[in-house]
Amino acid sequence: MSTTVSAEAVQLVARGRRRRARRWWIVTGSLLMAVAAAYTLSLMFGDTFYSPTEVWGVLTGQQVPGASFTVGELRLPRATTGLLAGLCFGMGGVVFQTLLRNALASPDVIGITSGASAAAVFGIVVLGLSETAVSFLATASALAAALLIYLLAYKDGGSGPRLILIGIGVAAIFDSVISYIVSRAAEWDLPAAMRWLTGSLNDASWERILPLAIAVAVLMPVLLGSARDLELLRLGDHTASALGVPVERRRVLLIVTAVGLLAFATAAAGPIAFVAFLSGPIAVRILGPVGSPILPAGLVGALLVLVADFAGQHFFGSRLPVGVITGVLGAPYLVYLLIRSSRSQGTTL
Amino acid sequence: MTANRSLHAQGVTLGYGDRVIVEGLDLMVPPGRITTIVGANACGKSTLLKSMARLLAPTSGSVLLDGKAIHRMPTKQVARVLGLLPQSPIAPDGIAVSDLVSRGRHPHQGALARWTGEDDKAVARALETTGTTHIADRPVDELSGGQRQRVWIAMALAQETDVLLLDEPTTFLDISHQIDVLDLLTDLNRDRGTTIVMVLHDLNLAARYADHLVAMAGGRILAGGEPDDVLTEDTVRDVFGLECRVVPDPLTGRPMVVPMGRHHTADYAMRSA
Repeated sequence: MSTTVSAEAVQLVARGRRRRARRWWIVTGSLLMAVAAAYTLSLMFGDTFYSPTEVWGVLTGQQVPGASFTVGELRLPRATTGLLAGLCFGMGGVVFQTLLRNALASPDVIGITSGASAAAVFGIVVLGLSETAVSFLATASALAAALLIYLLAYKDGGSGPRLILIGIGVAAIFDSVISYIVSRAAEWDLPAAMRWLTGSLNDASWERILPLAIAVAVLMPVLLGSARDLELLRLGDHTASALGVPVERRRVLLIVTAVGLLAFATAAAGPIAFVAFLSGPIAVRILGPVGSPILPAGLVGALLVLVADFAGQHFFGSRLPVGVITGVLGAPYLVYLLIRSSRSQGTTL
Repeated sequence: MTANRSLHAQGVTLGYGDRVIVEGLDLMVPPGRITTIVGANACGKSTLLKSMARLLAPTSGSVLLDGKAIHRMPTKQVARVLGLLPQSPIAPDGIAVSDLVSRGRHPHQGALARWTGEDDKAVARALETTGTTHIADRPVDELSGGQRQRVWIAMALAQETDVLLLDEPTTFLDISHQIDVLDLLTDLNRDRGTTIVMVLHDLNLAARYADHLVAMAGGRILAGGEPDDVLTEDTVRDVFGLECRVVPDPLTGRPMVVPMGRHHTADYAMRSA
């Protein structure tokens, strides 16, 4: 053994590193372009078609007859809400799945988004709160749901499967609270109720986007800045700590940030079914074991919401809320994972 | 090339919740040497190692690294001096060997730090030292147990610490890979002066590879010092409750434990008498 090192070995290491980095950028870049395309298409298509020039005119603030209202006030808030909510669900979901080392430990399976949703529907229907107040109430409630699940599951360190089962139970409780409130709210029509049951973009408005946009602007950089810590936490708490990660502090930061993103997205669009659950595994499947899956999962989430909403609007006889489409996509995957996890322990991301 | 670091457990009491596992224990790790800790299951040896690696805070007493209380130092600062290979580290699905080894560089990078040529060199050096260069691009989960353990050691080497703690680095390895790993750690100690502290199960290997042998039982240190002085028939009885003969290892002259059981031994003793 010597302390010198051969140039070939150094090159080998550098080549591997560059290859992984290139793959991450190619995948992330492609997803970004796909999201941009889906966003643009959902602005152009609808009952009336508007050309890219007309859409661009609206985006740059010109008065375009017809398009200024349809695109500017209807399609743009709708697509923007879908884009931001999808980003939040995708990133929040993959953080949970990675930290708990289980694809089933998604915030929409273990009751975190249900907690946010129950608080939001309570805040709007019973308390009549403003959009921003509802967002904060949803965040507080989602954090409380996370804490509740953790405390109920915590026994000798709180194992993964136990936490997931308790989370599913907690989710069921919150879901029944949502159903009860929605059923008692006489003035609510069906589409509005759907927003709280499966998630919908029908109520999208600029007023509702503002808190979500601010949450994304503040929390997303925090989450992306913690991407390397999350990668190190995957090696196990002891190894991560030995490599210089303050484990407890970073885990709390990651969870609180992820819960914040999920709660604000839920307050704006409802708990869009299974987007948080599906995005991480899809992103990891495309990306492979290179680099952080946080941003790719967020982009997959945005793509899922935009495409599912577009399909729900145009491909069926009646207009379906986005959550119905994502629910149909997600449910078989959930069943598949449950079957696989009952056979073995293998449901890691 | 290395500064001699001092690592000193000073009257540490350790436990989980109300359960006390180690009480008032003192251990001075000799710098630049290999220290091996042996003891029966649940004697507190892994717990002691965890507290020396800053993973478990003592309820009283302290672990001093170069005279400073390790639990009050920032995690990253400790990680530049002291590395740890835990008993069951987790490799993310599909991760490539060189990617995993690269993570050992984390303590040397700042919050916004870019990867530098120096980091590439350290990773390459760790791969060459552990003989894993040829599998650098392979996924860790496809490797054999022996190769995988070399890769984890490579990650700890890429960290380039003066002190390295290992919790049962030879568990689940067959005998040839056990020797292989212990030889590798001895190389590291002799060539770089790295202080090594490890928990081992096999008494004979512990005696052969240790400069300083520590025998623990019931959360206390029963004996510590040169393997020749520590590994006696009395110590083995006190630590493991096992009768044995200690004979010189024919290859090294170090003490070698030959255990006695209820079967076979009496017959042979009678026949040879």
